[in-house]
Amino acid sequence: MTDYYKKKDLQRFSEVSEGAPDLYSKFQAWYGEATSKPGALSLREKALIGLALSHAIQCPYCIDSFTQKCLESGADLEQMTEAVHVAAAMKAGACLIHGVQMKDKHDSLSL
Amino acid sequence: MTTTRPQDKLGDRFQVHLAEHGQAPLTARSLGTLQVNLGKLCNQACKHCHVEAGPGKTDPEDNMGAEMTDLLLQVLQTGEFEVLDLTGGAPELNPQFRRIVQAARQLQIHVLDRCNLSVLFEPDQEDLATFLAEHQVEVVASLPYYRRSRTDAQRGKGVFDKSIEGLKLLNSLGYGQPDTGLILDLVYNPGGAYLPGPQAELEQEFQRMLDRDHGIRFNQLFALTNLPIKRFRDYLVRSDNLQSYQERLEGAFNPAAAEQVMCRDMLSVGPNGCLYDCDFNQMLAMPVEKGICHLSDLLEGSTRAALRERRIRTASHCFGCTAGAGSSCGGTVA
Repeated sequence: MTDYYKKKDLQRFSEVSEGAPDLYSKFQAWYGEATSKPGALSLREKALIGLALSHAIQCPYCIDSFTQKCLESGADLEQMTEAVHVAAAMKAGACLIHGVQMKDKHDSLSL
Repeated sequence: MTTTRPQDKLGDRFQVHLAEHGQAPLTARSLGTLQVNLGKLCNQACKHCHVEAGPGKTDPEDNMGAEMTDLLLQVLQTGEFEVLDLTGGAPELNPQFRRIVQAARQLQIHVLDRCNLSVLFEPDQEDLATFLAEHQVEVVASLPYYRRSRTDAQRGKGVFDKSIEGLKLLNSLGYGQPDTGLILDLVYNPGGAYLPGPQAELEQEFQRMLDRDHGIRFNQLFALTNLPIKRFRDYLVRSDNLQSYQERLEGAFNPAAAEQVMCRDMLSVGPNGCLYDCDFNQMLAMPVEKGICHLSDLLEGSTRAALRERRIRTASHCFGCTAGAGSSCGGTVA
């Protein structure tokens, strides 16, 4: 497991372009526009969404990067923690809603 | 044998960045603003303070006295300076503060007071806010954040509540209100080893939150970058962030910001009358070049002319003023 998730790998991100440079460059432009340019959403709002999602997808690189983005865009620990709770609650809710499927199956098999 | 310190190499790199964009050497354009550091005495002891100011800094050498103030007032009478920017420490705690303000205003000089807000409630300062309003002093107030926890973490326990009280007092006197001419600006700086975000966006958020939670109004927000000097540098060293922070500042070098750095249009004066390109150089004991080193030199027209075109002294900390949208005592510059 020690070979996975090395901090320095974040700096090597661009190496994934080697197999498909055109696709990587399209990704980069899209990623930059979507996450790092203010639009209808402010940079702070985008950073908080990114932070929440980083936790939902459990990506340590993204957590590093979006924590920094959140701080630089003016979010504080309270806002960032609330964003993580939104992600955590959504994950829990998504898990729990499957209980309806369980209940339906239970009911179909029970007297 | 001479050894080169890492700091020197970084300083050289700043010159290299300037040269790459045809901006070396960095030179002054005007002497529009005289920024005077009245001393290190302060009622707060902030973790990021590049002056290392605090309540114990009462040494006469650290604070401008009456004699130097007399000289300062003579210099203001030359008509060279349109803006007088008073900083510290808490400049208001210097007994000379009110005399300087009164004299400068009589000369129609625009006066800025870099105020930490809680000083408004210090003993013998109960009439300070009224004094500032009566003399139409622009108040540039420190408020690192619109919530308690982050503000107190940086500036000390209880500072946020006092700051809010101070802002409400200033608002009640007309500061930050339309058509009063009383300007109230806020200063935001990051609470750690990262750069400030976009100033306009931060300003909007501060306006929304301070109005919603406290009914407070202000004119502008200035987003400042913390420079790796004194207490903030100590923090960076302790937290093992110095190298990455320096790299981040250097990596964010913006030639447009370098073009507009504040030192090109100002002069900084220390409590003992020494002259510097900026308050940061003052704290690093880097006086201006050309052998002109004292407030008394400013009485000579030829000296002032030379200073208007002087070469500015730079070092590694200068990357702090040229990173991203840039940073100055008036916020971002590019």
